[in-house]
Amino acid sequence: MTTKQKWYMLTLVGKDRPGIVAHVTAALYEGEANLGETSMMRLGGNFTIMMMVQFSGNTHALHDLVGGVAESLDLHLHIDHIEGHLHDHRIPDVRIAVYGADRAGIVAKVTGVLAEAGLDILELESDVAGTDAEPIYIMSIEGYAAAGVPALESALEIIRAAGIDASLQPIDTLVG
Amino acid sequence: MPVLELLQYPDPRLKQVSTPVQDFTAELCDFIQELETTMRAGPGGVGIAAPQVGRFERIALVDVSDRPKIPHHGRLVLINPEILAWEGMGKGREGCMSVPDYTGNVIRAEQIQLKAWDEHGQAREYAMQGFEARAVQHEIDHLDGLLFLDRLVSRRHDLFHRKVCVTK
Repeated sequence: MTTKQKWYMLTLVGKDRPGIVAHVTAALYEGEANLGETSMMRLGGNFTIMMMVQFSGNTHALHDLVGGVAESLDLHLHIDHIEGHLHDHRIPDVRIAVYGADRAGIVAKVTGVLAEAGLDILELESDVAGTDAEPIYIMSIEGYAAAGVPALESALEIIRAAGIDASLQPIDTLVG
Repeated sequence: MPVLELLQYPDPRLKQVSTPVQDFTAELCDFIQELETTMRAGPGGVGIAAPQVGRFERIALVDVSDRPKIPHHGRLVLINPEILAWEGMGKGREGCMSVPDYTGNVIRAEQIQLKAWDEHGQAREYAMQGFEARAVQHEIDHLDGLLFLDRLVSRRHDLFHRKVCVTK
């Protein structure tokens, strides 16, 4: 691997079907592109993936490499050149679960209060469960408590006072 | 006391099953001291298993006593450890000195009843919970050729979601 290789963020979105990852990664492999960190999720029946891709050519060349297979699978393709590198993991020290009857503005309210209390979000996932008639919003956050966990505990009180259930668990990573 | 060289994945020896200790010798005590020095040299290390330093015998050390406000038994030498009973399940984040630059969520029993021998050949039993119980399970996995990577759980299918499904 030469130092001339650049990192790109490749995003694909479209209707989910079996075999997408295999087809896309085969095209990347054949074009001598390398994969770094990736995240694939099925969101509302849609296939979504973001991949760090290391490649010697420019954005156009990477587009040419993956464009055909993306089109054949009806996927929207987006490519950004990024300043990225591997081995830059941050370890979260707190996990927060938030849930309640679904209503507009939960995420903005919760994340706003938590940001003010020093939370740096490293991972966030949310989902809607329950039924169509009575949807429940469920959010799971892992992050780094830059101002300490007690500040976040106080922030959760504000969130609970707004009628949203929230709980916090410190994460003590075991190294063995 | 020298720090022993740690095997790091993808070294295939980490997947090897270790054999029980047969003899409790002075050499074993010396090795345990070296193993402890190695564990304490690693940043944040609360446990270590002999196969991590290339000795494929069922020996592990655990010491979580530097963590604030948790129940623990101090420095533990666990030879031929056996989990006699376990209860409850909890998700926790783990890393490993043999797997640098990666941490992930793993489900482990919350409480265990453990039998093990100390370095003098004395059989002991422990009732453990929480972080200490997790550390012991992580180390016993090493003795069975398993890494925490073998037990990673998807964030989407964690205990929280299961609880929601049960109470729905």
